[in-house]
Amino acid sequence: MRFTLPLFPDEASTMAGRVDALYFYLLAVTAFFSVLIFVTVLAFAVKYRRSKHPVPVQMEGSMPLEVAWSVIPLGLSMVMFVWGASIFFSMNRPPRGALQIYAVSKQWMWKFEHLDGQREINQLHVPVGRDVRLTMISQDVIHSFYVPAFRVKQDVLPGRYTTIWFQATKPGSYHLFCAEYCGTNHSGMIGQVVVMEPAQYQIWLSGGAGEGSLAANGQKLFRDLACDTCHRGDTGSRGPDLAGLFGKPVTLQAGNKVVADDSYIRDSIVNPANKVVFGYQPIMPTFQGQISEEGLLQLLAYIKSLEASKTAAPAPGAAPPAAVVPQTRKTK
Amino acid sequence: MSVAPQAAESRTHYLNADYGIRSWLLTTDHKRIALLYLVTVTLFFAVGGFLAVLIRLELLTPVGDLVSSDTYNRMFTMHGITMVFFFLIPSVPTVLGNFLIPMMIGAKDMAFPRLNLASWYMLLAGGAITLYSLVTGGIDTGWTFYAPLSTTFSNTHVIPAAVGILIAGFSSIFTGLNFIVTIHRMRAPGMTWFRLPLFVWAHYAASLIMVLGTPVVAITLVMVALERGLHIGIFDPRLGGDPILFQHMFWFYSHPAVYIMILPSMGVVSELVACFARKRVFGYPFVAFSSLAIAVFGFLVWGHHMFVSGQSVYAAMVFSLLSFLVAIPSAVKVFNWTATLYKGSIAYNTPMLYAFGFIGLFTIGGLTGLFLASLGVDVHVTDTYFIVAHFHYIMVGGVVMGYLGGLHFWWPKISGRLYPEGFAKLAALIIFVGFNLTFFPQFILGYLGMPRRYHAYPEEFQVLNVMSTAGASVLAVGYLLPFAYLLWSLRYGPVAGPNPWGAKGLEWETPSPPPTFNFDHPPVVVEEAYAYHGGQEDDVVA
Repeated sequence: MRFTLPLFPDEASTMAGRVDALYFYLLAVTAFFSVLIFVTVLAFAVKYRRSKHPVPVQMEGSMPLEVAWSVIPLGLSMVMFVWGASIFFSMNRPPRGALQIYAVSKQWMWKFEHLDGQREINQLHVPVGRDVRLTMISQDVIHSFYVPAFRVKQDVLPGRYTTIWFQATKPGSYHLFCAEYCGTNHSGMIGQVVVMEPAQYQIWLSGGAGEGSLAANGQKLFRDLACDTCHRGDTGSRGPDLAGLFGKPVTLQAGNKVVADDSYIRDSIVNPANKVVFGYQPIMPTFQGQISEEGLLQLLAYIKSLEASKTAAPAPGAAPPAAVVPQTRKTK
Repeated sequence: MSVAPQAAESRTHYLNADYGIRSWLLTTDHKRIALLYLVTVTLFFAVGGFLAVLIRLELLTPVGDLVSSDTYNRMFTMHGITMVFFFLIPSVPTVLGNFLIPMMIGAKDMAFPRLNLASWYMLLAGGAITLYSLVTGGIDTGWTFYAPLSTTFSNTHVIPAAVGILIAGFSSIFTGLNFIVTIHRMRAPGMTWFRLPLFVWAHYAASLIMVLGTPVVAITLVMVALERGLHIGIFDPRLGGDPILFQHMFWFYSHPAVYIMILPSMGVVSELVACFARKRVFGYPFVAFSSLAIAVFGFLVWGHHMFVSGQSVYAAMVFSLLSFLVAIPSAVKVFNWTATLYKGSIAYNTPMLYAFGFIGLFTIGGLTGLFLASLGVDVHVTDTYFIVAHFHYIMVGGVVMGYLGGLHFWWPKISGRLYPEGFAKLAALIIFVGFNLTFFPQFILGYLGMPRRYHAYPEEFQVLNVMSTAGASVLAVGYLLPFAYLLWSLRYGPVAGPNPWGAKGLEWETPSPPPTFNFDHPPVVVEEAYAYHGGQEDDVVA
């Protein structure tokens, strides 16, 4: 047994310092009230011990005291609330222009897919000083992506994308843990996040992409699955035009509108009958169970990569180009 | 002392009123039922404790070498299930509450004596089925049964364990109903609501949660069984379900369940502090209403278990805010107990040592709850050992301390005998030290990032884990001691007399052990609870 007694984790992301600052405030409040209670109880217990103080003095209570020890803790805790909520808000708002990486989790491993086509298992290489956004999904049970040195954590769900973002501040190698209990080998579902200097990251990037970019693989899959027989992108096609679709509102059969985000596109492949675009027939077959989560991510990357087609008329369901909304959510 | 034993033996009381196994298994006497519960929950505590020792032994080294991962997962699952559903939830209400509430309010028995017995059989049946799932291979979902792991992917005995918990849930509902009706309808003449001991208030609040919350977890477990057995899509997205729905339903009960556990122990502490400080509890109405406030607000904070689950950001913020609000009534209680000591006449008997322990450990447990209510910090520490440390400070440092304090306080009433005070104080000290050594290092481990439910862990966490395991063995010794000397006292302990502590309260005005119908003459209440006046005249044993 090597004797190491760490008391505090690495701070290796822009979020870490913010979380730790609130942590120290909480520690200070905790220490103050713990000491206050311990010392008071101890002092009373000694001072008023029965041998020295045989006759107790009865009293009813005190309204001012009750108000004071309700309102002061309430005030201190409201500081915690606002502070904690503002950090949480930042955690849940990925900055624009973040480097997009995809993650698929399964019992009991992490698979990462970079846009350029690099694929990794239980290792994630990222550049230092750049916002990184992960879009994650699980193939089976709930997992949770957790990098203690970054102070970020997000559950990874089956059937739905969740996202997490971080900006690493120190090159190095950091623990990646699955934090949501996921069965037999839960404690083996661990890995490393390798934070690299930008130059080295570029070298790393150029090394691994053997099989073409994520979008290119998606295009191949799009053809192999014969998606393009209906989604032809011209006026007569049986399926809506997918070019320029991502991030835009889509009118559904019932008349309601939804934004074509990651989850909408995935859901429209897996359960096409759920959300039929206005003006189209519910003729698309389900691809549930036929495409792996990686395949779905490739298709998603391909669809996201399609620029709005210049020649074809706007498809009936899609909003006209004039009504384009920003592709990513606003940061502030 | 030498004449007293004969006097005690010749008198008829609830223990010697009848003999034979039938007189116990078919009894409707709330005091005998309390003893049936005492034996039952002690058994489950032993099972859960034994599993805890195995878990800590496994975690002595970073690699998983004592048992396999599957066995380890079954051990912590079963530890959680037995401790939560079969020890912590029933312990104080069904043992001490059952024994004392009718006596404290001056009643002959509970409102529904046969329902009371039925609720014990429900707990026994539920426990038996759950233990069956343990011995036939166990269950590995964690006590939280998260879907779709529990409904689709686990290959273990999920349905029997769920059925066992479902049945035990009815025990809880029956007990809660019985307490509510008893407290409303059975109070002696003169026993107004604001003359009730705070123990009764706390149980009343806990009973509301039992009755209103338990059905939800019952429905949830039925849904798990339906999806698992019949593939009806509720939680698994591949069947069209939503896994987050499970978490909402589970925590809608399981967060308030924390208050089912802690409120009755808080009631115990109010009694102990009043008796051993010889004082009326400071701010009685605030302590009483804080119990109800906790019960009401406790139902509105379940989402704080799900800050990283993928629920909406705004929902998380509302749950965070409400979680801070629910902390205030708990703080109010701690401050009032502390103020009760002021100008008291304080004795350091064993029950009071447990009360001191409770106040200290609950303070730490409660304050660390604020870390978890703070969204930004919770993201980092949720699902780590920080959580494990926090809820053990509340559950073991709070609930178990209160339970043991109460057991030591009312043991002379229950058994008619005194236990050896020296051993008892030593045990209280060992438990306090062992507890802190076990669980304090886990706060540090959690902030370092060690996830919970890990069979193996990175090497740098080992020293803190060794400390924790060392503490667990100290704690185990501490828990074995009361087991030994309380049993010893049944036969060899000095006869206690009706009121060895000089305590106020109707239960101390009747002989020990009490007669079958509690009081020789129906009591009439003429004064408030904790009417301690002078000091010396109350002082019987110090």
